[in-house]
Amino acid sequence: MTAQVITLSSGKGGVGKTTAVANIAVALAADGAKVVCIDGDIGLRNLDVVLGLENRIVYDIVDVIEGRCKLRQAMIRDKHLAGLHLIPAAQTRDKTAVSPSDMVRICNELRPEHDYILIDSPAGIERGFRNAIAAADRVFVVTNPEVSAVRDADRVIGILEAEEKRGPALIINRLNAALVRQNDMLSAEDVLDLLGIPLIGIVPEDQTVIVSSNHGTPVAQDPRSRAGQAFRNIAKRVRGEEVPFMGADKQGGLWDRLQKMRGRR
Amino acid sequence: MDDLIAAIRIKGMRDGLLVSLPGGAWDEQSAALLAQIDSQQGFFRGARLALDVGSQVLKVNEMVELRDVLSERNVSLWAVISESPVTEQTAQLLGLATRVSKPRPEEQQSLDAGPIAEDTALYLNRTIRSGTRIEFPGTVVVLGDVNPGAELVVQGSAIVWGRLRGAVHAGSTGDVEAVVCALEIAPMRLQIADQALETAAIDHEEGPTMVRIRDGGIKVEAWQSAGAGQA
Repeated sequence: MTAQVITLSSGKGGVGKTTAVANIAVALAADGAKVVCIDGDIGLRNLDVVLGLENRIVYDIVDVIEGRCKLRQAMIRDKHLAGLHLIPAAQTRDKTAVSPSDMVRICNELRPEHDYILIDSPAGIERGFRNAIAAADRVFVVTNPEVSAVRDADRVIGILEAEEKRGPALIINRLNAALVRQNDMLSAEDVLDLLGIPLIGIVPEDQTVIVSSNHGTPVAQDPRSRAGQAFRNIAKRVRGEEVPFMGADKQGGLWDRLQKMRGRR
Repeated sequence: MDDLIAAIRIKGMRDGLLVSLPGGAWDEQSAALLAQIDSQQGFFRGARLALDVGSQVLKVNEMVELRDVLSERNVSLWAVISESPVTEQTAQLLGLATRVSKPRPEEQQSLDAGPIAEDTALYLNRTIRSGTRIEFPGTVVVLGDVNPGAELVVQGSAIVWGRLRGAVHAGSTGDVEAVVCALEIAPMRLQIADQALETAAIDHEEGPTMVRIRDGGIKVEAWQSAGAGQA
């Protein structure tokens, strides 16, 4: 067993990276995979909150790097899922406490005993982002259907190409079908058209996401939530299953477009 | 220290820079290397570095430390070449390469190419994304899109076999014969020589489009092979 390291990144803040990491991790672990999440946002940690694990933090990733504890001691087990662990970020330090080679070393230590390592990248394209992508086998670029978020995603994809990170994939988060119909929001097709990378998920706008984030129970565990379903579908695609995109039937042409995008590149 | 810095040799290779250290105490050598990098930050920023340490024996922590301080300077260490098997093993342990193809003389020459001939173009087989700026003293051909937030500043023409949505300045040193062509055109900014196009004037032109200066004014027209011949 050797884990695949997946980093979620976006450039712009607030597009839902942390939520996506938590939900994909939960969905993978619920399917029986062994998953570790690493919060790469040193100084502004919040993956622990979204996963509902903030009360359990004793050690964090900087403690591991600086040798104050063993890696295993910093891994917090999820309340519900035996296969899910979190390595939290330090809240009282900043990005310079971690170097890209530290991330590579930690991931290599985790690889043999896990299936997936998900890294939550901080916003921006500076040190924290470089740390987060250093060990990545794959990068998922998270964006919202907004011009500013798409612009930043484009920049991030450009950097990934320059770093020769193999084929990034796109998650379009918080798509509001009603707004798209009124032509008040970019459609998934518009976003794909511009970014030109394969899609791995479209997550609809869903209020339950915010509520469940506050409660520390990711929506992927809620069988009725549409967003939860979308995240579960992403998890399946990560495992290599072919899952049709939600709402693909309604928005005519999108599916064809997606197939075309896959062929490109 | 200055002698050491002067003794560091740097060569350009196809896949990055090859830096050869002169030998001596490791502390001094690494300090000299860092001093060299710090004194030429612009040159080294973003570089891929292969380090030839000669017969030097490097410990794991020394190599890790060097890799970290280099990465802080935005320089990535990807290979360590050494005559010492211990150092080679250490490098392999850290996932660094231990062999690089030595630069062939003809490749080095191409680094300082002479003035660019009129029929020379830079060919870019990729999408130019936000935050990328391409400057070139000739014509640029892009096989891909030019996305919003990307900039092309070229002394010749800009030919985009894709969608042009970023900023373009063709004929940047005043060449009024320069043209801008794209399969689809909706630029953020478009300028040829000293004439800027009122981008509001082109309302997302569909189909192949050519922009050029004619009769003293900047004109947007369909890109047809017949008319293009004059450019």
